[in-house]
Amino acid sequence: MAVSLREYRARIKSTESMKKITRAMELIAASRIIKAQQRAQSAAPYARELTRAISAVATFSNVDHALTTEPENPKRAAVLIVTSDRGLAGAYSSSVLKEAERLIEMLRGDGKDVSVFVAGRKGEAYFKFRGRPVVSSWTGFSDQPSHQAASEIGAALIDSFLAEGEEGVDEVHVVFTRFRSMLVQEPTAVRLLPLEVVEGEEKPEAADALPLYEFEPSAEAVLDALLPRYVESRIFFALLQAAASELAARQKAMKSATDNAEELIKKYTRIANQARQAGITQEISEIVGGVNALADAQAGSE
Amino acid sequence: MAENGALHVELVAPDRTVWSGEADMVIARTIEGDIGVLRGHAPLLSLLSDAVVEISTADRGVVVAVVDGGFLSVANDRVSILSDHAELPDEIDVDRARTELEEARGLVGANDDAERRLRRAEARIRAVEKTS
Repeated sequence: MAVSLREYRARIKSTESMKKITRAMELIAASRIIKAQQRAQSAAPYARELTRAISAVATFSNVDHALTTEPENPKRAAVLIVTSDRGLAGAYSSSVLKEAERLIEMLRGDGKDVSVFVAGRKGEAYFKFRGRPVVSSWTGFSDQPSHQAASEIGAALIDSFLAEGEEGVDEVHVVFTRFRSMLVQEPTAVRLLPLEVVEGEEKPEAADALPLYEFEPSAEAVLDALLPRYVESRIFFALLQAAASELAARQKAMKSATDNAEELIKKYTRIANQARQAGITQEISEIVGGVNALADAQAGSE
Repeated sequence: MAENGALHVELVAPDRTVWSGEADMVIARTIEGDIGVLRGHAPLLSLLSDAVVEISTADRGVVVAVVDGGFLSVANDRVSILSDHAELPDEIDVDRARTELEEARGLVGANDDAERRLRRAEARIRAVEKTS
């Protein structure tokens, strides 16, 4: 029994060091979540002002733009999937990929061809492993996305949306994980393009004269510059939400890993103690047995 | 909208609010030329060029900021300036702007990008000079 006692002690030790690692990851994720939430908050004013400007154009002018017109007969769709760069975040990446698969299945069911865009190494690996084509992928920023990354993705998506013929897609969807709270993150799919602009949040009252909006140089030019920004800001929002969700999922996963390690250590300690006890008992009975045998032998010889 | 009859100005970049507060006047350069916005300005939506924005604050100060393109939107005495990239003078690295300026000068004529870089560097230096 002595050998297995040593084995158990070694197992306890390795579980303890694993626990230290998962505990550290949990704490790191927890502190980064706060930063991610702050980033999401500081991005809010831009999105708000942009939405205000867009709805002003939508309300006070009658300009149609390529990005807002519904194609009559959509045949091709693009799906952007926002996943994480690193694992150890529980079901985070797999649940967003599952949601994406559902969306892709649905689009295929509607008779549309689907081309896939991926952000995050996990998603990239998922499609590469299955040998499925990915139009393009972006990696390296999943836990702290920059606005630059969002504008790169936005530019690529807008390009493929505006492209004519075989290359062009008729609609663009985004699948990302929405951060509801520390405990709840839900994978969501939204349609990004063509844009649905919400009209006039602050429409003038009937009594007021409609304010004359001046557009410089022209409503078309302003819209031309505004809408891509709007798309970028929507993507940036998705990336920020995904980052916060990833960190929250990682914190949760690491917390349960730490708890499990604690349980394991407790279990192993009990077994090790039992083994130690059994070893001692055996030794005593061996000694007692030996003494008895010796005494019997001596009694027989006399 | 503000009670004391001042403009409410928001200068925002995608990742943060650069400056926000009450102001008497905003001067910005749109792609069609300079524009000054006072209280009661007609609703306006305009594209900005890479240049300096000057905000005369309500307490008689002046805030200078540099924007790399973007929008100016005015409605109901509320001015929002949105830019992909906006900086206040104390965030600008002047030496870097100067080397950038020299570099871009050498490239001008080669491509549009150089001209844009030149304009951005110039705007940065001007913003710093205006405050110092």
